[in-house]
Amino acid sequence: MTATAEKGRGRLAGMKERWAHLPKQVRWAGIAALIAFLYILPNRWFYEYLGFPIGSEYFAFYTTRSDFAGVLFDTAVFVLLAVGLNVVVGFAGLLDLGYFGFYALGAYTVALLTSPESRFGTEWPWLAAVPLAVMVTMVSGVILGGPTLRLRGDYLAIVTLGFAEMIRLYAARNEGILQGQRGIPAVPHPPGTGTDGKPLFGVVDAKPYYWLMLTLILIVILLVRNLANSRVGRAWVAVREDEDAAEIMGVPTFKYKLWAFAIGAAVAGLTGAVFAGKQTFINSDQFLLESSILVLAAVILGGAGNIKGAIVGGALTWYLPEWLRGVGDLVGVEFDAAEYRILVFGLVIIVMMIFRPQGLVPNRRRAAEFADRRKEVVPQETVPNE
Amino acid sequence: MRQKLARVLGGIAISALVFGGAAACKADSGSEGGGGSNAACDLKIGFFGPLTGDAAGLGIHMRNGTKLAIDQYNKENADCKVNLTEYDSQGDPAKAPALAQQAVGDQKVVGIIGPAFSGESEVADPIFDEAGLPIITPSATRPSLSTKGWKIFHRGVGNDTSQGPAAGRYIKDVLKAEKVYVVDDQSAYGAGLKDEVKKVIGASVVGEDKIQVKQTNFSAVSTRIISSGATVLFFGGYYTEAGLLLKQLKGAGWKGTMVAGDGVNDANFIKVAGEAVAEGTILTCPCAPATAAKGTFLTDYKAAFDNAEPGTYADVSYDITKIMLEGIKAGKATRADLLSFIKSYNKAGTATGVTYKFEGTGELDPAQVIVWAFKVNAGKVVPDVEIPKA
Amino acid sequence: MNFDEFFGNFPALTITGLEQGAIYALVALGYTLVYGVLRLINFAHSEVFMVGTFTALWTWEALGYNQNSPSPAFGALLIALLAGLVVAALASAVTAVTVELVAYRPLRKRNAPPLAFLITAIGASFVLAESFGIGTSRAPFGMPNLIPQETLFTVFGAAVTNVQLIILGVTLVMMVGLDQFVNRSRLGRGIRAVAQDADTAALMGVNKNRVILLVFVLGGLMAGVAALLWNVRYGYTKFNVGFLIGLKAFAAAVLGGIGNLRGALLGGLLLGVAENYAAGLFGGDWKDFTGFVLLVVLLMFRPTGLLGESLGRARA
Repeated sequence: MTATAEKGRGRLAGMKERWAHLPKQVRWAGIAALIAFLYILPNRWFYEYLGFPIGSEYFAFYTTRSDFAGVLFDTAVFVLLAVGLNVVVGFAGLLDLGYFGFYALGAYTVALLTSPESRFGTEWPWLAAVPLAVMVTMVSGVILGGPTLRLRGDYLAIVTLGFAEMIRLYAARNEGILQGQRGIPAVPHPPGTGTDGKPLFGVVDAKPYYWLMLTLILIVILLVRNLANSRVGRAWVAVREDEDAAEIMGVPTFKYKLWAFAIGAAVAGLTGAVFAGKQTFINSDQFLLESSILVLAAVILGGAGNIKGAIVGGALTWYLPEWLRGVGDLVGVEFDAAEYRILVFGLVIIVMMIFRPQGLVPNRRRAAEFADRRKEVVPQETVPNE
Repeated sequence: MRQKLARVLGGIAISALVFGGAAACKADSGSEGGGGSNAACDLKIGFFGPLTGDAAGLGIHMRNGTKLAIDQYNKENADCKVNLTEYDSQGDPAKAPALAQQAVGDQKVVGIIGPAFSGESEVADPIFDEAGLPIITPSATRPSLSTKGWKIFHRGVGNDTSQGPAAGRYIKDVLKAEKVYVVDDQSAYGAGLKDEVKKVIGASVVGEDKIQVKQTNFSAVSTRIISSGATVLFFGGYYTEAGLLLKQLKGAGWKGTMVAGDGVNDANFIKVAGEAVAEGTILTCPCAPATAAKGTFLTDYKAAFDNAEPGTYADVSYDITKIMLEGIKAGKATRADLLSFIKSYNKAGTATGVTYKFEGTGELDPAQVIVWAFKVNAGKVVPDVEIPKA
Repeated sequence: MNFDEFFGNFPALTITGLEQGAIYALVALGYTLVYGVLRLINFAHSEVFMVGTFTALWTWEALGYNQNSPSPAFGALLIALLAGLVVAALASAVTAVTVELVAYRPLRKRNAPPLAFLITAIGASFVLAESFGIGTSRAPFGMPNLIPQETLFTVFGAAVTNVQLIILGVTLVMMVGLDQFVNRSRLGRGIRAVAQDADTAALMGVNKNRVILLVFVLGGLMAGVAALLWNVRYGYTKFNVGFLIGLKAFAAAVLGGIGNLRGALLGGLLLGVAENYAAGLFGGDWKDFTGFVLLVVLLMFRPTGLLGESLGRARA
């Protein structure tokens, strides 16, 4: 068992090494090809070919029960959230269970400012509201983080969880400014006119939103990557690995933790703002606590501390259940995959954490730490227990 | 170095082969269908609503009503069937767009039963409207849905403004209650209903409170209701909370009558509250009571679904599905044809007894909206009286 | 705001708040015990409670009671209650132990980091809730009305019912019993030893795995008792009934000082009462909101909860 796992790990590491030793140009070309692939992915004439036939049935990698472009957009939303949460959880090692609260805040800010049916009555255009939404979430991140980041570990998790529930419960109130389950309709779409004179961002076609989201993801990744490789990123690692030691070595830990928190919040706010522009209708049903937990699960599954991991985790966490909707048809048995998809997801999480706790695409430094921990356990077991 | 490069090139070649192989074939999707002489066969009717997750209890009954109608149709028309496609929204507006877009993209789908809730309707209906895909919702009763200019929108039941005032009139004229407490669950449906009731009985409202969907402890609100001296409680919301609230309220010694809307008219209400507690509860419903004219819906439903009682809106879903099936039978094989067929429809449904005739806005013709009061009697919901129009 | 009504109902709100708080407290014990020993937020504990509510219901159904049957005579009632109690407590304990053996112990063997435990807990919670959701068609279930509520006496005009007395009484008995067990017995000393310093305790001859198992059993038993009281008082269950109760109970545990048994009682009662006051004062829509505001504000000013952490050392 262990031997095969080691072997598999070895092969993966080998592939990684080979990739790292490729000439720069080849690597760039590979990344460019991947990005191009992602951009053409939602087109029907392209994705229709992603799959293979089994007998009379067709095994599709795309979703057959819900619109592929629409699912891709939702997945992209989730990926961006995972990338943002990764800054908080993966880089700085702060446990945030209420990340969806910031997402809700961003979406509601846009809805309130832009919708003619909001009780604000400002009716800003969508584009003008987005920067403000990002700022509002960032500031609220600082406000929430200020007092709570002095807490450690699990307590921070609890406070953030409480925060997200507070936002959701406030939003659920009818009389409140967020209009409860009745919600805020008529949020405008992003601006832009297509070549055919129709608005670029309509209601039927999800592709433009996906492209917008994908572009934003790429930009955010670039920013976050640079940050992680800078002085700030090194400070985060220090805080994550040993906060006391970092403090003694002169790292202003509180400041950097607050930074991570605020950046994470801002990314969530941005995601929420774009989501509001596509959804056009925001109500309290859309920001459940379960979703906060799902985003966190996505980050951990993918491999905390690694942007690639967050992307993979986010994509799988959202895409797999949606894709599973169609699997019942495929197998040809009366199997309602929709009914079982959360159950399956739960099982996957448990198995995954036992056999690959560092995540699918682990951060190298963290993976090393995991390996150390595994080794550490050996002498303990030899201690007589009775 | 060169060796590595060769390996990489080899890898690329292999992956190209794999992709090329895959490219040789794609799924035959429904999109290329539509031609041919028997174009009206293998069409699809979609059901759009929650089938998993929290709200599934409501959605499954509606889906069953729709499924029953389609299964019966297919038995009679075995040579030219209609398929049911399920779009499980989980009641979450965030999940609605991708499903609606999928329905719109599948040209075989000519009509949609749903969306079940007002929230998801707000998101999904604009998409259906853009594609001209006709919908009849069995249960989204938010009044504003019909004012958004969606030409594909139809509502198979009266909206909150038809049922609410009727419930109010019942409280005022039949129960002659002087002290009424109103509670809603803050859902769009429950709060909307409560607002309409309050407009009618305004002066006799002695107190008002809100609960939350999924709430289970109603001790605070029970205390307030009892201390207010109210003899009638109007509850705007769904059956689970209604059953629990009533159970705890009566457990705390309240002796009054609860009045609630069709969201509570579900077998699960009595199951949660218990027969003794539910006894005497008044449930309003924009539908006619069970008579011989209603045909065999009840027995058919029980036979088809393990002897389950048809829940709220199962009958409405059954009837409105039959409208679409009638249209398909009459050769209306495109969305546009079916839409105009629905627009000009004027016939009574066999399960609800309601005459389905839609106004230009998609609302059920107000003259056809009859509201009956039902009463819980020995564990059964029995018809009480038709509530006269104001 | 509604001050007149609020003060008029103050005693009644207090009493009903206390009874709800008692159930929070019993569930909170499970969180606190596991956290005290393992430093793990056992998210699956809410499902342990849920399993208890269902198994008690099934026991009653097997005995021939349904939601419409009249209240049985005293002897039969006692049998039904005891049977429900035993089955619910056992089922909850077995569920808790299963989660520990299947999900957590393999992680401990591999010395996995805390985050992995947390995610596994979430996964276990999904699996349990969804299995029951699928098995019960996600329908709500009403309970047999075994003990009809009767007002026994009044305090400042507020009625006190037999059920309320039973809930508060049982909770206190369980609380004191558990407290004594942990503080006096040999096994309890093991729990405290592991909570203070697991490695040293192991060197001193305490079997860590056995202690952890014991902690899950105790937490499960308490949740099972809470489930039975819940069934008697609120008379309802559904596959996701644990989610909100679990969240509240967890908040209660943190309020009182997580890892602290007496803190769980204090936090539970406090939360139950505070929620009721808020609902009475501002309206039912502020009920849950208040609970979380209380939690967040308290943690900001007193991060170790009201009574502090006691099972283990102060968290570094």
